[in-house]
This record gives sequence, structure tokens and C-alpha cells, in this order.
Amino acid sequence: MIVQALALTLRLAMAVSFLLLLISLPLAYWLAFSRWRGKFLAEAVVSLPIVLPPTVLGFYLLVALGPASPIGRWYQALTGHGLAFTFTGLVIGSVIYSLPFSVQPMTTAFASVDRELLDASAILGASRWRTFWRIILPLSFPGVLTGFVLSFAHTLGEFGVVLMIGGNIPGATQTVSILIYDQVQALNYSVANTTALVLLALCLVLLTLLYALRRHNHWSLWEWR
Amino acid sequence: MRWTRIAIALLCAASLLGARAQAEEITVAAAADLNFALKDLAGRFTKATGTQVNISFGASGNLFSQIQNGAPFDVFFSADADYPAKLAAAGVVDAQSLHTYAIGHLVLWVPKSSSLNPQQLKMDLLTKTEVRRIAIANPQHAPYGRAALAALEHFGLRAKVASKLVLGENISQAALFVQSGNAQAGLIALSLALSPPMKDDGRYWELPPDSYPELKQAAAIVSASKHKAAAQAFLNYVTSAEARAILQQYGFRTPQP
Repeated sequence: MIVQALALTLRLAMAVSFLLLLISLPLAYWLAFSRWRGKFLAEAVVSLPIVLPPTVLGFYLLVALGPASPIGRWYQALTGHGLAFTFTGLVIGSVIYSLPFSVQPMTTAFASVDRELLDASAILGASRWRTFWRIILPLSFPGVLTGFVLSFAHTLGEFGVVLMIGGNIPGATQTVSILIYDQVQALNYSVANTTALVLLALCLVLLTLLYALRRHNHWSLWEWR
Repeated sequence: MRWTRIAIALLCAASLLGARAQAEEITVAAAADLNFALKDLAGRFTKATGTQVNISFGASGNLFSQIQNGAPFDVFFSADADYPAKLAAAGVVDAQSLHTYAIGHLVLWVPKSSSLNPQQLKMDLLTKTEVRRIAIANPQHAPYGRAALAALEHFGLRAKVASKLVLGENISQAALFVQSGNAQAGLIALSLALSPPMKDDGRYWELPPDSYPELKQAAAIVSASKHKAAAQAFLNYVTSAEARAILQQYGFRTPQP
């Protein structure tokens, strides 16, 4: 039971953080370098999940994207099942929920790259694509890694969205946080304790590794603050 | 600086206002199937006595563990008789206040949009391929979830439909899962099927009472309550003839004395 929930949670966190890496790199690039006047609007939308309670997101995923809405029906026609109670549903919810934790450190890192280097690269004839891969990305690597790790960690600890749309199915949507909640409510303190301890140890190891890395490279988990 | 002062002054004024409204107030923990019925009863009780009734709804098992851990409730309305009995045995609620106030019913509910007719198909409806998900309450802490599993067992369907089950945190969430159409069928409380938000949204079939253990719902007063007189008055009201008639309209049966 614990192993299954733990494996599911890790699978979810992996899927979410890799998807977010793909989404966040271009989005952060655009947020850092675009000169569009309405950019602040996009920034506000990206930051929304920090402020909004997960119940809002869970509610929208359940009702507005359920079979009662056109989007929900379209999705159902496409895949043959709804979004709720599926692993995919959890992934979509978590991607939205963890988006700012991935985008913000990357945006800050991209924006703090010395503009003169970018100008020099352009003068020397490098394309924007090449400049991104050879100059911007290597220089902002700490920020990108921070975004990746934060989105992973944030998904590990996710509870509200999963409670709203998960349906508590072992192996599909019963994550560790839900399992712990269930066991505490059922007064199975010993199972809850074991599960919580495993999660605690896992997170501690993860963060210790991160900070140990940080000692060697000069970057911080919190530099974007 | 000036704004900070104004803000502080406003906060003080607000807290004074909050302190002024000092009618007697009781806090009630209630099973999720009572959501509409108990609000109705509490409104009538407040009108008659002036006592405010604040209700927290949840799965009986969750409320049970909260009360056991000292949650500041005055009365506990469970969806079964076991949880209050266990609390009484532990001395957390007053044993002499224990009272069966209603008997709950389980129904098979499908959304209006469904092509399946629960009256006709009865439990066989759950085995149809159109029904991909069946919502029930979490049997670990919701009596209605346990009743649903017992009924599935009774009809010999438990193994057949096990992979279709999704668990709501309490019976209200199970009802939400099926009312929103995310699950195609649900085993929920009759009291929720008859509630205003759901009654026009779907069709139901009432399970025969012998297919699951009777859902005797008991209530008790929490021993640590500081408003025992008001709590007792509310409990007396809920078990009065007037309240029983209202509970019946909401789909509860009156327990035999």
C-alpha cells in the first residue's frame, strides 16, 4: 500500500516536473525578453496558482472540465474517458498548480544574464536559438535546476487538487499525502507514521543533496526571491 | 504610516463588533448526509430559541477522530451508531445523551443525462459498460461507504465492479462526483438524492433495506462541551415529533423506540 502510493507519487512528480521543464523554458524566455506592453497580464496569470487555493483548481477540473462542459465532452470524445479519477487528470492539475514554481526561477535567471553578452553573440552572427543554447541556458542553469526541483518538490507535497479530483484509487490516484490523510482519519496511526516517515526521509535526502550541490556551485535554491 | 494606523483602528473596531454579537452559540459536528436536513432544523431551532447553531459537515469517521482528539464540538451527529458508542465508551461523549435520531437509506443514483434506468435495471446497472466509474463514500471513514460495500457484496457484484469504484472523501463528495457526471453512477444517501440541488438532476432506485446493515444514526453530547444545556435542547429538538416529520421529508426514517 505504502510502496504503491509512494511509487505513484514519484511517477506523478517526475511527469509533472519534466512536462513543466518543456513548458517553462519557452514561457520563461518569452517572459524575460518580450517587449510586449501587456506582458504584465501574462505574468499575473502565470502567478495565479501561488495565490489560488487548490480547491479552485480542483473544482474547475471537476465541474468545468467534466462532461457537463463542451471542453470536457470534447476530451471525453477524444479519449473515451473523463479527466477526473485518472492519472492524466492529476498530471494536468499538478502542471497548472506547480507552473509558477517552475517558471519564476527560470524567468529571473534568464533576465539576469548580462545583456552585453547577448549583444556580442548577436554581433558575432549567432542566431537567437544558438545564443539561447550556448549563452543563456548555461549561464542560467542554476535557475533552471531550481525551477525543476521546486516543481518536483511541490508536486510531491500536493494534496488539495488530488483530494478534489482523485477519487482515491490505489495505484492510479492515491498519492502519499492522500494515503497519510486517510490513515490518520481511520486512526491507523502506525501506518500513517510509517508513510510520513518515509516521505520525510525522502524529502530530507533530496534537499540535502541539493544543498550539498549548491556548496560546490554558487547558486541557491532561493535566489529568485 | 498613517494608513497602518487606520488599518489597525479598523481591525480593532471589527474585533469589538465581533465580540458584541454574544447570543448563545453551539457547534455541531454532523455526518455529510445531514447537509440539508440539519441546516433546515438548525434554522428553525435558532428562530425558536435564539441559540445559534454552527454546523461542520464531514465523514462520520473524520469527525469521530477529530472529536476523539479534542475538537471543540458540542454535539456529534453520526451517520452510524458505532462511532458515538465508541466515544461514549472512551468517555469523550456523555453516554446518557446517546440517542438514535434517524435511519438513513442508500440509493443507486444516475444523472438525468444517463440512458440507463435505475428503477428497471436495479443493481445490474452497475455492470453496464456505459458505467465506467461508480462513486461511493470512502468505507474507511464513512458509514455510507461501508453500507455501499455491503450492498455490493449482497448482490454478488463486489468483485465485478471493484475496478470501477471511486471513493469520495464523504458521502457529499461521492454525490458531487456523480452529480457532475464524472462518475456515471453512485451509491449515495437518499437524503442527498432528495436534496434541492440534486433532486431534478437525476434518477434513483432505493436499495432494499435488507441488502445492507441498517444505517442507524446516533447523536451524543461531547463531554467537554461548555454549552451542555443548549446542546441538550438542540438534541431534544432534533428527536422531537416535529423534527422527525421534517427528517422524513428529507428521506430519513424514524427509528423504532
